[in-house]
Amino acid sequence: MTVKKVYRLQDLDCANCAAKMERAIAKIDGVKAVSVAFMTQRLSIEAEESEMDSIMEKAVKICKKVEPDCKIIL
Amino acid sequence: MTKKEKRSLIRIGVALCAFIAVLAADKAVELHTVIGGKLGFLLPLFLYLAVYIYIGYDVLFKAARNIVHGQIFDENFLMCVATLGAFSLAIYGGITGGEIEGFDEACAVLLFYQVGEFFQSYAAGKSRKSIASLMDIRPDSACVLRGGKEITVDPSEVKVGETVIVNAGEKIPLDGVITSGSTTLDAKALTGESLPREVGENDEVISGCVNVSSRIEIRVKKEFYDSTVSKILELVENAAEQKSKSENFITKFSKYYTPAVVGIALLLAVIPSVITRDFSTWIYRALSFLVVSCPCALVISVPMSFFCGLGAASKKGVLIKGSAYLEKFDKANIFVFDKTGTLTKGNFAVTEISPANNESEILRLAAIAEKGSGHPIAKSILSRYGKEPESGYALTNKAGFGTVAEKDGEVILAGNEKLMRDYGVEFTAVSGAGTHVYVAKNGRLIGSLTVCDEIKPETKEVISALNAAGCKTCMLTGDNELAAASVAKDIGVSDYRASLLPQNKVEEVEKLLGAKNAGDALCFVGDGINDAPVLMRSDVGIAMGGVGSDAAIEASDVVLMKDDLRGIPLAKRIAKKTMGIVRQNVIFSIVVKIAILILSAVGIANMWLAVFGDVGVAVIAILNAMRSGK
Repeated sequence: MTVKKVYRLQDLDCANCAAKMERAIAKIDGVKAVSVAFMTQRLSIEAEESEMDSIMEKAVKICKKVEPDCKIIL
Repeated sequence: MTKKEKRSLIRIGVALCAFIAVLAADKAVELHTVIGGKLGFLLPLFLYLAVYIYIGYDVLFKAARNIVHGQIFDENFLMCVATLGAFSLAIYGGITGGEIEGFDEACAVLLFYQVGEFFQSYAAGKSRKSIASLMDIRPDSACVLRGGKEITVDPSEVKVGETVIVNAGEKIPLDGVITSGSTTLDAKALTGESLPREVGENDEVISGCVNVSSRIEIRVKKEFYDSTVSKILELVENAAEQKSKSENFITKFSKYYTPAVVGIALLLAVIPSVITRDFSTWIYRALSFLVVSCPCALVISVPMSFFCGLGAASKKGVLIKGSAYLEKFDKANIFVFDKTGTLTKGNFAVTEISPANNESEILRLAAIAEKGSGHPIAKSILSRYGKEPESGYALTNKAGFGTVAEKDGEVILAGNEKLMRDYGVEFTAVSGAGTHVYVAKNGRLIGSLTVCDEIKPETKEVISALNAAGCKTCMLTGDNELAAASVAKDIGVSDYRASLLPQNKVEEVEKLLGAKNAGDALCFVGDGINDAPVLMRSDVGIAMGGVGSDAAIEASDVVLMKDDLRGIPLAKRIAKKTMGIVRQNVIFSIVVKIAILILSAVGIANMWLAVFGDVGVAVIAILNAMRSGK
């Protein structure tokens, strides 16, 4: 079943980083839709429920790589 | 201002003062001549570098860290390359006895870069806060009655059927029905409606309203996650996710912009240098390129414009589900309206009784026949009669015709033309708008009543405003051709479709969608009752009176919280203004950046101008973006 989850992003200070993050997360296998909103500091992600955890693990790594100050609040 | 913001502001202030002091001293006494000799450049280098490190240590740190992560197009890194490169050039100049220039520029670039960063985060925080004030509708707690005691709990812990107590001045935490007490409610934060509303026992109330005058008890009808306030907050928070074409364009543009500029900078640093053997000049120009290489101004100003626009609309009680819809709504030029409940109030009223001299008798007879019927037309006749109709009649409801009342051989008919024909009553058909009810007694026509749906007071104003803006307006109705034509003429819609059954509305909208041009956008406006499929099918679905109607909130793209059509031209104005600002920002930023790139390449612009191209443009674009929230 496809589920949509929304996470808050702490200290997302750079709009360009948000765009970079969105592009990188969209490339993770199994991600159906993703949106990183700089203004509301939210990450919303759509994927199969069973794959969600492993996807989020990768997403956290991407976030760390693109903007180390920014944290996904799981 | 947060603590973090205050700290960086102080840091910028101190650095700026120090920079100006060093710069002034440099201009006054030419610092590199103070020590004299070949090592003269060391004094200005030391002073400028001190300021540079004070203002830029975090940028340097981030640059180092991000380059380890393989982020070569990281803005911190590019800024550091540009500024440290400028320092190196100046040192090179000093050692070779050439001109010692560039310390001040390098220092200024990083200083202004920090100013820009500060401004960006401050502005983003500020516009977030203006939306957060909307979030004020979220109730913090609920006072629930359990076992005779009042307990304060989180609203999410209250269950359906429990009773909550709301004192004066508090927010209503959950949707429900008043079981005791009466009060005045202020729904301004929710709908933008400034007029408080009086409510009493058995009235439904929605969460998010403020109880103004006195204590009430409410029986909860919906859990917190289903309540109006949660739905609205979710909608507002999700709005930033529906990205518009402009936003996608900008992020795509920025994806190629930075690598392209960096690539050109690299070529600029190498090829002409090799040809002309003038390394300093060309490397300097390439470094200026790097300063302009960050697309931040663009990437931040576009979503911010939308965000502020959405915020401005929600403050006025118009919820737009995302910037994509704001963008589409700006283009909207075909407005299709559902008639009942949207253009009209949806409550019927007797508007004419003929012959007028026999009014009381016609009403009396009609009331007898219509008694007990739940039909809106019957209700309007009974409410006009205002008294209890005589009883004792045997009532027969003939669906699609009318009703027949019989007592002691007396036969009263109240219904349409078909009923009259059926009973062989002679009559002359009444023309004009509305539904006509003929009343006959013992086979003889007594008179007729005309029942009309009342047109909303603002309808004509809104339709003529839309017509004047060059939009097509079309009314969909289940009324017959004659009635529809008359109403359409009255309110001024440019087109109408009559005699539609609810399922025909989707077909009609499909037809209109098929007939429109590529650049057109079709808006359907309905009250959210029975028209969810049409709302979803249209380009932009607008639901009226969204408060309390989940179906409407879910199916539509734009929700008018207040049951007031004037929200449409209002939202159109906001959409137009926002899109205008977005276009200005995109064009302005791109044009200025490209102009500066060209000027730098040919050596007309220096690094100072490049800093303007980066920070200045960002500041101007952000200030412009914030305008859309006003």
